[in-house]
Amino acid sequence: MGTPAAFRVAYRDLLIYRRVWKANLAGALFQPLMYLLGIGLGVGALVDKAPDSASALGGVSYLAFYASAIMATTSMFTAGQEALWPMMDGFRWSNAYRAMISTPLEPTDVVTGVAVYFACKTAVGATGVAMALTLFDDTRSWGLVAAVPVAVLTGLAFALPLTAWTSTRDSDRSFPPIMRFILIPMFLFGGVFFPIEQLPDWLEPVAWAAPLWHGVELCRGIILDSIGPAKATLHLLVLIGFAGGGWVVCTQTFRRTLRP
Amino acid sequence: MTLTATTRSSMVTRIIPDVLFDVRRPQRLIERSVMVYRRSPMVIFSGFFEPLFYLLSMRVGLSSLIGDVEVGGRLVPYAEFVAPGLMASAAMNGAVFDSTMNVFHKWKHARLYDSLLATPLSAGDVAVGEIGFAVLRGVLYSGAFLVTMLALAMVQSPWMILSLPACALIGSAFAAMGMACTTFMRSWADFEYVPAVTLPLFLFSATFYPVSSYGDWSWVLQLSPLYHGVALVRAANLGEFSIGVLGHLAVLVSVTVIGVAVTARRIETLLLK
Amino acid sequence: MAEPLIEARSLVKRFDSFVAVDGIDIDVQPGEAFGFLGPNGAGKTSTMRMIGCVSPVSAGSLTIFGLDPRLDGRDIRSRIGVVPQMDQLDAELTVEENLIIYARYFDIKKGEARRRTSDLLDFVQLTEKAGDKVDHLSGGQKRRVSIARSLISEPELLLLDEPTTGLDPQARHVLWDRLYRLKERGATLVLTTHFMDEAEQLCDRLVVMDRGKIVAEGSPRSLISQYSTREVLEMRFGRDRNKEHLDEVEAVGERVEVLPDRLLVYAADGEGVLATLRERNVVPDSALVRRSSLEDVFLRLTGRSLAD
Ligand SMILES: Nc1ncnc2c1ncn2[C@@H]1O[C@H](COP(=O)(O)OP(=O)(O)OP(=O)(O)O)[C@@H](O)[C@H]1O
Ligand SMILES: [Mg+2]
Repeated sequence: MGTPAAFRVAYRDLLIYRRVWKANLAGALFQPLMYLLGIGLGVGALVDKAPDSASALGGVSYLAFYASAIMATTSMFTAGQEALWPMMDGFRWSNAYRAMISTPLEPTDVVTGVAVYFACKTAVGATGVAMALTLFDDTRSWGLVAAVPVAVLTGLAFALPLTAWTSTRDSDRSFPPIMRFILIPMFLFGGVFFPIEQLPDWLEPVAWAAPLWHGVELCRGIILDSIGPAKATLHLLVLIGFAGGGWVVCTQTFRRTLRP
Repeated sequence: MTLTATTRSSMVTRIIPDVLFDVRRPQRLIERSVMVYRRSPMVIFSGFFEPLFYLLSMRVGLSSLIGDVEVGGRLVPYAEFVAPGLMASAAMNGAVFDSTMNVFHKWKHARLYDSLLATPLSAGDVAVGEIGFAVLRGVLYSGAFLVTMLALAMVQSPWMILSLPACALIGSAFAAMGMACTTFMRSWADFEYVPAVTLPLFLFSATFYPVSSYGDWSWVLQLSPLYHGVALVRAANLGEFSIGVLGHLAVLVSVTVIGVAVTARRIETLLLK
Repeated sequence: MAEPLIEARSLVKRFDSFVAVDGIDIDVQPGEAFGFLGPNGAGKTSTMRMIGCVSPVSAGSLTIFGLDPRLDGRDIRSRIGVVPQMDQLDAELTVEENLIIYARYFDIKKGEARRRTSDLLDFVQLTEKAGDKVDHLSGGQKRRVSIARSLISEPELLLLDEPTTGLDPQARHVLWDRLYRLKERGATLVLTTHFMDEAEQLCDRLVVMDRGKIVAEGSPRSLISQYSTREVLEMRFGRDRNKEHLDEVEAVGERVEVLPDRLLVYAADGEGVLATLRERNVVPDSALVRRSSLEDVFLRLTGRSLAD
């Protein structure tokens, strides 16, 4: 019995990642900490001073509201960026994936291997965030442990569909617009900084379609222990749907690109 | 004789950086960038929407949670307070991106600068040209920011037009610094450290809340070049200028000059071996 | 004699403590085609880079057009064209744009740049590739773009570092022809090469470099007559058996080189030597008599074969 094929694929990326994971973990600790101090505490002080903000936030402090969303956003950015330029590198620039499929590996193995790598990388990031969140009374809970896999799933739910897109492109020209029209708006309007109920009514359903919002809501619910099983299951199913759907589309697009 | 004439002129240029004599040369690099981006206008164009997203998010989100904040004795909606800070930060972020990742790619992978140095262009021309393009692009985005603010009725004084040169200065300071740092980077992994600098600057430069919120720690702000930029843009928005503006200008100009000098020096020592 | 275009005296290039160019003297006259020949690591590129003013001189003196690279680098660079050993084309631009923007670096007006670009693309036979990204070109096509680009400023001096490496035989011959025409128009060429036929075809004069030093200098003809014999007999005895007949062979030839796969016997009359050996029962698997070339000079001087 050999190593499963997908792990042999992930092995390449992990080999490279092994050299930088410490910096990555340090970043994953440092960045959320900065945001927590700068936005959570700083802006939070302004928000909590306002008379009816607490009811808008569901009865929690702004720090708790915002901090509980960071894990999912960090995962989205980590995995999302990984699905753009590094993926392009594997397909077009360094041709690593093309080299792989001239070995006994199949395009499907490459897809799964990539997913494994995304999962490892986002897991490191989410763990870093969890560690940072233990520093604050408002967010210190056992829910943090359960939230880590949810954050990883959020990363996959976003990154796998994106990977499918990347695998069909032959230049990185569309990436900055993707960052600006998809990643950033999701981040700004996806329930991270304020509840989506504040959005204009016509915009609210759009947020429902964003994988990030489901990830944020689920993580927040778990960390703050404020979500019922029905809602939690719904969010979970949507995330699995995005990730699984992305995986299926990837197997098709990878095959078409790598074996034209 | 012509020979001695050229020799003498070059003796002078060894003492005073010769870019000061001829801005047409760095301009060639800007021409090159324009040539490159002309083919993918979406890369530039999509950037125009960023201010819109940020400002709208502030308005429907935090601003309606927070309400008004007190700045210099009067109450303004939070979104209007934060807009100049975001504008200055956008100028910083754009410049940093252009002068780090983009420059590193051209430096190490495309080996663009090696081929430039074999032409009459000098290391100083390359530094000024690349930083110049970052600034130009930054000003374009700042213009978009300003227009968006106008459209959302967030501009408070006609002096706000001065935010454009202010942002150009912020852009050049950060582009110069970013490019100087990039010359020290060994591999892509080193770029993990860039946010370690820009993120605290973004969050703690009196961007999101007034200087008064910092209490006893407000002196730390002085160390952040972005704070000086934010202060300039805010002054322009309010149309209230004090003597302190000169100090802010001086800081940003010094950072730019030091950054350009370090960059030119590093290009010389690393590529002219 | 006219003032030399390039004059180097005791020119040294050091990288930290490593000496890459070790006190060489060269004079290149205007209108001349001058070659550097040498094995890998001999210091050819290092010398070329100093002449191109992109690498400071460590010691000794160097003037180009009578100017000092330290003071007048910019003026010198504006009068030379460079084809570096590794192509340094602008991957983000098309073939045509590569040439146009390069012209702009030399402060050539846009219209003029366009005109020269189309002439030069014609010259290197890449007109139909004008709109392609350089990334999509073959290695040899990229090389030709590099060469066209180096000519865009109509340089007085052209520095070519292994210009034909990676070209197919036909493209090489086209390029030689182009370089020959440039020379006819009065351009001075300085080139490095590993190809002996190239050096013999193109160079009026060349130096053989080894380990940073010049080990021989002259025209291709004079080097051959000085360091080699008129003819060379190449014999193969099969694997590992080349050394077995060394004694007999050394007795008849002027000089013998043992290479891993064959024996080279230097003699004025190759056929005669072969006949004598056959009489003495030394019968190779195969034998070939050829005129001696720079390759032999090279082997003699550096003890290394240039076969790459
Ligand atoms: N930037 C550098 N730093 C340190 N050593 C260098 C550098 N460039 C060249 N060298 C060394 O100098 C020596 C001469 O190199 P050079 O490139 O001049 O050789 P060359 O004759 O052009 O060889 P080739 O035929 O392989 O191109 C080599 O030993 C090389 O390792
Ligand atoms: Mg060389």
